[in-house]
Amino acid sequence: MREPGRRGEALAGWLLTTPAALAFLLLVLAPTLAAVALAFSDYELGQWPPAWIGLENFRELWTDRGFRTSFVNTLVYVGLVAPLSVLGGLGLALLIEGAARGRTLFRAVFFLPVVSLTVAMAAAWQYLLHPTIGPVNAALRMIGVTGPAWLSSSDTVLLSLAAIGIWEGVGFNMVLFMAGLTAIPRELREAALVDGARGGWDRFRLVTWPLLGPTTLFVVTISLIRAVRVFDTVAVLTRGGPNKASEVLLYTMYTEGFTFLRLGYSAAITLVFLAIVLVLMLLQTRVLDRRVHYG
Amino acid sequence: MASGLRIMALAALGLLFMAPYVWMLAASLKATDELFRAPMALLPESWAAITNYGRVLREVPVGLYLWNGLVMCGGILVFQLLFAIPAGYALAKLRFAGRDWLFGAVMFGLLVPAHVPALPLYMALSAGGWLNTYAALIVPSTISVFAIFLFRQFFRSLPQDLINAARLDGMGEAAIVWRVALPNAWPAATAFAIFSVVAHWNDLFWPLIVTTGHERATPALGVLYFRTEEAGDDFGALMAACTIMTAPLVLAFLLAQRRFVEGISTTGLKG
Repeated sequence: MREPGRRGEALAGWLLTTPAALAFLLLVLAPTLAAVALAFSDYELGQWPPAWIGLENFRELWTDRGFRTSFVNTLVYVGLVAPLSVLGGLGLALLIEGAARGRTLFRAVFFLPVVSLTVAMAAAWQYLLHPTIGPVNAALRMIGVTGPAWLSSSDTVLLSLAAIGIWEGVGFNMVLFMAGLTAIPRELREAALVDGARGGWDRFRLVTWPLLGPTTLFVVTISLIRAVRVFDTVAVLTRGGPNKASEVLLYTMYTEGFTFLRLGYSAAITLVFLAIVLVLMLLQTRVLDRRVHYG
Repeated sequence: MASGLRIMALAALGLLFMAPYVWMLAASLKATDELFRAPMALLPESWAAITNYGRVLREVPVGLYLWNGLVMCGGILVFQLLFAIPAGYALAKLRFAGRDWLFGAVMFGLLVPAHVPALPLYMALSAGGWLNTYAALIVPSTISVFAIFLFRQFFRSLPQDLINAARLDGMGEAAIVWRVALPNAWPAATAFAIFSVVAHWNDLFWPLIVTTGHERATPALGVLYFRTEEAGDDFGALMAACTIMTAPLVLAFLLAQRRFVEGISTTGLKG
């Protein structure tokens, strides 16, 4: 047999990975390191050379009330969107899985928001939630309730954005849970039935839920990370307003960097964002992983 | 829960979920004064579809936006596959010094969201005078470590005998990648293609940063511009624009639903 020699194999390996490795160096690794360096400088677009200012940017972030608001808003948004879209996705997947008919139809209906242009759907929500001509408040008026100005009142703006985020995320999670459910052998559920787990709830608690562990872990992590990245709806609908009530991390990073051209400061916010994402991933691999029962 | 109840619950939730689409469509057919008078009505009293859609088609370069979106997504996908497939094959099937390092780089890349290298990439493109070009939209996304990871996992399960047989026939490793490995990896490639196109068609962040004006605007930017610059309180026309821009991906999804959903459930794991 004419297998390539060890050297031939190594050469082929290098040749095949070189284009990807170069692109990775140039487009991911180098700019990521540059972003880290930038975060410790006072670089502003058009001003050269930048000065190394150590932790000054982070000190400013710490005292910047706008940034604190942005940070807390992001946490509130994530705290609402991630759990509710995970629970919603799980609920829908279980409902659809057990439905006798219409599985494909329902799956399509709930998945539709995932493939819709977010910006366009945000505009549609703006119309839906409009205080005077919006159907939501019109429906509320019919039962005698005066609805708030959902997107322009600082009390409700974050809630409204979170509702849109949940609407968008539920279908995505549902599909992942449905994939997880089909991987559970039917015999296991039947065995549970024989063993006396008669009610649907018992069957869920004893069989389905433990075996869905790995899927749930994935879905939770992805939902958290997707929620931390909220940007589109804020950029389209509120621009962080009113009164910074819907200011979120990536939007603050965007305005500091591309409106005020303070790239060093913006890079520092990017690092905070990166740190949050890394902590979430660490949480998945280190803490949550141990509690999951792999079937 | 009884099956009938399940279906009724699902139908009720489904209607709630579809509400934005239904009212978006309804509003795109109504005249402005009617939108103000009867917010809950679905069917218009007098049809204003021609006015609304006409206004959008007259004032918005819809074709240009869709074309830009197509060029961007297509360009990104071609390069991603071109880079990721050989690399994935090499990482899965070939032994060479540094392979573990390269795989380590892939794992590191999976941890870094695209927003992190964005600022320096913007500076580089700006310094090179590349802003507002297709290259600026495409180049930064040409490498997908996620794709490399996906193809590596897929190629690992490719039988070694198949590769040995191809080598026996005198095929080089590059030929094996495209003529033996890839034809066996179509499910993974399709799934990744769906994932990539959905992600980039919908992206607002990067196009917003590297383009200005309509010339290179993607569909997402098109909607944003029309909303802030032109539409004002003309919700009828705005909803018509939204309907037009949402339609391509939604139609593609409805036509290829099964593939689509499988694609997301196998590759969507990175979100």
